[in-house]
Amino acid sequence: MTAFQMILMGLLVICAISVSFSRNLLNSILIYMSFSLVMSLLWICLESPDLAITEAAVGAGITSVLFFVTLKKIHAINIAEKAEEKKSPQHEALQNGGKNE
Amino acid sequence: MSKKKSTENYQKTFAFHFFSWLHGEKDPYLGNVEMQPQKEYETDPEMVLRHEKEHDAIMDKVYDTQHNVQLRLFHSLYEITSILFCLFLMALLLVTISYLPATGVAEKPVNNEVAARYIENGLEETGAINIVAGMILDYRAFDTLGESHVLFVATITVLILLRLDKNKKGEINPLTKDMNPNDRIYEPKNDAILRLVASFLVPIIIIFGIYIILNGHLGPGGGFSGGAVIGAGLILYLNAFGFEKTERFFTEKTYKWICFFSLSFYCLAKSYSFFTGANHLHSIIPNGTPGAILSGGLILPLNIAVGLVVACTMYAFYAMFRKGGF
Repeated sequence: MTAFQMILMGLLVICAISVSFSRNLLNSILIYMSFSLVMSLLWICLESPDLAITEAAVGAGITSVLFFVTLKKIHAINIAEKAEEKKSPQHEALQNGGKNE
Repeated sequence: MSKKKSTENYQKTFAFHFFSWLHGEKDPYLGNVEMQPQKEYETDPEMVLRHEKEHDAIMDKVYDTQHNVQLRLFHSLYEITSILFCLFLMALLLVTISYLPATGVAEKPVNNEVAARYIENGLEETGAINIVAGMILDYRAFDTLGESHVLFVATITVLILLRLDKNKKGEINPLTKDMNPNDRIYEPKNDAILRLVASFLVPIIIIFGIYIILNGHLGPGGGFSGGAVIGAGLILYLNAFGFEKTERFFTEKTYKWICFFSLSFYCLAKSYSFFTGANHLHSIIPNGTPGAILSGGLILPLNIAVGLVVACTMYAFYAMFRKGGF
């Protein structure tokens, strides 16, 4: 196993852990996409280009697109953005500043 | 001799438009791009109240934890047992892995005569340079047939779940009426960047997908991966140009007929080849010279059939998620 493959394996583990710990659903889908991309690179290193093509097309392409559409359908993307807006200090400062002045 | 142009002529040139855009005097998207803000998600207060009442009634009846000691005990026991079960499962799997033969050992049970025969006689018997394609579409073709059918059944299930019901008069069922039938109308239309990129990329993606399918028996690839690439290209085209353009060539009817013909062709062709092979009959399909595009006997047409099914299925998934139909 070369050093490059070791790095890819480490990236896989990091992606897999961070998917489950990310609070934003949009972020976790993006991390999932990167997981698939790293996986397809690994398939090339393991000399199976068949699987690499399929992984890149299905895992990184279509599955994540379907996830995005689902999030949009259940109105999860906007809710996440709104929650962040409320939490962010800039937003609070704007609201408080308006009141204080 | 200077070639100074008159103001009228200068205003027609590309440089004038470019510099006016650069200085922010003209917005090229103004009047060209229709922008509609995403509609605020409105909840019907009556429906929320009704759901809350139902939920409360169920909670009062079933999960009355304050008065039910047994239920509380059950909950704590449930958590403990679930953790124990997870630990047990992890330990079991780890122990099982330790019993597996090490990788790269010659005496593994995987290294038996089946794999050796596939590698030695694969090219001769299937006519495919890509041994993987020869395996999945010749020796183990029934597996691939099952996979295509699984995909088809999955689309049918998604269709049942996501389709907007219409009665015989063509009216939408009142139960599903409040679901937004087509959220496409709230997005920017005539997006110039997306359209330009799509008009470059979509033909390349689709040609690459066709290349993968047609070269399935010569190089890496095959029906499934090529079909997925073509499906991704179709989804990009749909996003850029909208449903009006894609509905010209792809409707529910086309999907139905393509899937029907591909799956039944696969089934019949493979049954024929298994019948002739198992009974030592002479097959009328020649294997051809290995390396030519028309070789490998049935592998190329089977790849095309699988690719068609997969491409249509991927597109159909997206269209149904988006619009509840094609």
